[in-house]
Order: sequence, then structure tokens, then C-alpha cells
Amino acid sequence: MQPLNTFLIGLTAGAIYALMAIAFVLVWRSTRVVNFAQAGMALLSTYFGYEAVSRLGSFWIALPVAMIGGALFAALVEFILMRLLVKHASSGPIAGVAPIIATLGLLGVIKSVVTMIWGGQDLVIVAPISNNGFKINETTTLVFSPLKLFILGVVLILLIVLTILFQKTNLGLALRASAHAPEIARLSGIRVDGVRTLGWALAGAAGAVAGLFQTVNGNGNFSPDSAEFSLLLVSGFIAAVIGGLDSLFGAVLGGLFLGVAISFVLMYVSSGLFFIAPFVILLLVLFIRPQGIIGVKAGRRA
Amino acid sequence: MSLNVSNLTVHHGAICAVNQVSLAVPTGTLATIIGSNGAGKTTLLRALSGLNKPTSGVVNWMGQAITGEKPENLVRMGISHVSEGKSVIPELTVKENLELGAIWRKNSREMKESMDQVVQIFPRLGERISQRSDTLSGGERQMLAIGRAIMSKPKLLLLDEPSLGLAPLVVEQIFQTIQDLTIQMGLTVVLVEQNAMGALKIADLGIVLNLGKVVAVDHAQALIQDPAVRAAYLGY
Repeated sequence: MQPLNTFLIGLTAGAIYALMAIAFVLVWRSTRVVNFAQAGMALLSTYFGYEAVSRLGSFWIALPVAMIGGALFAALVEFILMRLLVKHASSGPIAGVAPIIATLGLLGVIKSVVTMIWGGQDLVIVAPISNNGFKINETTTLVFSPLKLFILGVVLILLIVLTILFQKTNLGLALRASAHAPEIARLSGIRVDGVRTLGWALAGAAGAVAGLFQTVNGNGNFSPDSAEFSLLLVSGFIAAVIGGLDSLFGAVLGGLFLGVAISFVLMYVSSGLFFIAPFVILLLVLFIRPQGIIGVKAGRRA
Repeated sequence: MSLNVSNLTVHHGAICAVNQVSLAVPTGTLATIIGSNGAGKTTLLRALSGLNKPTSGVVNWMGQAITGEKPENLVRMGISHVSEGKSVIPELTVKENLELGAIWRKNSREMKESMDQVVQIFPRLGERISQRSDTLSGGERQMLAIGRAIMSKPKLLLLDEPSLGLAPLVVEQIFQTIQDLTIQMGLTVVLVEQNAMGALKIADLGIVLNLGKVVAVDHAQALIQDPAVRAAYLGY
């Protein structure tokens, strides 16, 4: 029973990491930037969701509110930070790294602003669906619950929708082209700036869902410094890297794999390895398969 | 006179790459700009397509001033630029690279028609339509780059050294195709080339650029006969 429970807990946690990883991959696939402020945006979106739940009383309204808020905020960040900053730092050795460092700085700024507005104390968002485990028979209860099933379902649907968007639509093609070769995309008539902002907006929405789910899947408490959000950032990023950074499907696989692996490590090795486990797993994966689970080795023709 | 350039100056930082260049290309003409490395040919082309911002001067296309416009807007005005170095996106398939050129038109029927047209002009692309572009040979990539430009239904085609790095037979094919396209599609073409002979043979108008300045403008055939041009660029 315990292995199964451990697996299911890990699977659900992994699905949330997968959402975060999807956000990282979305930004990477549309702008070739790693956005470390992703978790900060997820945090802010969770607060948006909190406000919506407090005022409107419904989690189901709060979810789209948080997603829209997250999307708009991410678009704003891309517009101000990336467009303006990158314009000034577009050459020299700093050019590739400047945007990434900027997102790190932004993470700190968001945390401070959130603390200023809402305070540093724990706030609560109550889950809309029961997190009580399914009863198998009179004596045993699975750790798996309707809420966890819902989370898994949402992640799966989101994965399918986003993959279709990127692979089968003109917009997706424009997103991919703008990330790989912005100059060629411009010469093809693609409004690259707008497309890149859209990529960030999608990532913001995905991150918002991740933040809300992370909160309600735990005990409902959240705060700017909560360990859950730090774990979300770290695990989300590692999951994206394990998955190959370029693939949404890889992000989901990476997230699920990471979630389950961490869960087993915590249960069977030591619960103190909370933060180390993700990194060790990352190192192992990179040793064995550096391009990630799904990553494709870049083709080269002389 | 569809393309009119007046006293165009473009800088690369402190270096003046294009110096007070003026030229006029009539509609339907295949004009070629030749000159040695560093003459400013690529910079000039990039200024025409909006990738580089000129320091001063005016560029007129179809009577409209387009100086300093963004590339994505110029595409909508009928200007397509195939930049140097076989500008295809290696991670995308041949089909996707081609589609890229037509997305902005937002018309799937037209996109399909253009795709059929390009595959007719370059049958090899049709054979490899679903392959990733990094599996293509140099010549095929150049065809793909030109094909993508055609997908935008351009009126002005800017080509930057399409023959670079290609085998002689392939170069011949590409030049022939460029000439055919100019006539069949009624294009105005500005062809920048280091392969001066090959370019002058198919061109109507020849412009010689040296150190950022125009040093000769004439009918291409006349330039081929010109002793100074022959000595400097044609090797005999």
C-alpha cells in the first residue's frame, strides 16, 4: 500500500512541477530565455487568486482570474524588462546572460512587493474539491483524492492543448521561429516582438495554475517565503531541464518523473533530503543523457 | 522607377559602411551589386530591408519613403530579403520554413497555392518537404531560403550572395532560377554577389560598390566588357 501511496503523492506533486516546467519551456521555446522569475510570477498570481476567492467566494472564478492576471503580468514584464533591457544589452558577452540575470533580480523584487502589499503571514486558499483520499474498502484509504485526479487531468489537457498550439498552428510556428531565429522570422513578416510577448503571457498563465495547485494540494497555506514556492521554482526548472528544455512533453515527463523520484527518496531514504534530492536527480540525468529525456541531439551538416 | 535610393549612408558603429549611395532600379529589372569583401554590399541590402537603420539618406519604394521601417512591415509592402548564409531555420522542416514566409498573409488557400508554386520551381524541396532543414545540402537550403521569400509574394526580392559556398553546377542552377523568376513573376530584384561574372551574366543592371561608394553603374553587359571591371572583378 505504501509504495502505491508514495507513487501517487509523487505523481501529483510531479504534475504541479510539470506545470511549472511547462511555463519554463514556453518562455524558452518562444524567446530562448530562462525565466527564473517564473515562480515569483506564480506567487503573485496565487495572490491574485486569493483576492478573487476572498471577494467572489469561488475557486472556479479565481482560477481564470489568476491565469489572466498571470498572463498580463508576464506580458508586462516581457515588454518592459526584456524589450527595453535587451535593446540596450544586445551585444557583447553580457547579451546572452543579461536577460536571465534580470529575471533572477525580478524574482527578489516580486517577493518584496508581495510582502509589502499582503504582508508576510500565511494566507489560506481552500481547495474546491475534496482532498480526502478515495476509499478502497472499509479499512484502507488511498492517498489519491478527487483533487489530485483533477490536477493530473488539468495538466494532461494543458499539455495536449499547448502541444497542438505549437506544432499544428501558424501561431505556434511563429512562436518557434521567433525563438530560434528572430531575424529570419522578421524577414518573413512575423511581428516577432508581439509573438514573444504572447509566449511569456502563456507561461504566466501556466505558472499561475501551478501556484494555485501547489497551494491547494498542500494544506492551503501560502506566503512569500513558503518552502513550497521555492521547491516549485527549483523542481519546475529541473523538470524542464530533465525534459530537454525544448519539449513540452519532456517537461511533463520530467515533472512526473521528478515528483515520483523525490517522493520515493523522501519516503524510503530520508525526509531530510527535501532540497537535495531534485539536484541529485538532475545530475544523474545529465550524466546519463545530457540532452534530456526528450531532447534531440542537434543535427549538423558541414 | 520602383526602387530609389538617395544619398544613403549607413554606419557600423564608427565605421561608415555605406557612403552616400544613390541608385535607381526600374520595375522588373534584375540589378546586381558587385564588389569585393567589405565593400558594403550586405550592409546596403540590410538597410533596404529594414534590418539596419541608416544614418542618413532616403529609400523610396513604389513612391513611398521606407527609410528606417521595420522589416516585418516592409514584408507587407512586398519586399523580401534572403540574407546571406542560407537563411533557413535548421530546426524546422522544409514545409514549416516555407509556411513561415506566408503566415503574415493569413490566408491558408493562398499559402497552399504559393507552396505548390514553390515546389514546382524547386522540385527537390517537394521531395524533402517533411524533412528537418538541417538535413538539406547547401544548394537545397539556398533554394529553401529563396522559396520562403517567394511565399511572401514579393514585388522586390533582395538576395544576398546566394552563390556563397555552393558547387559551380548548383550556382549555375540558382542563377538561372533567379533569372527565370524575375521574368515569370515580374519581380524587381537586387542581387548582391561576389561571383561577379555569374551575376552580371543574368543581370540587366550592374552596380559596382567599393569601400561603401558606387564606382560604376551601367548595363550589365557593358560592365562585362569594361576593362577596369574586368581587371578588378572578372579576372581577365
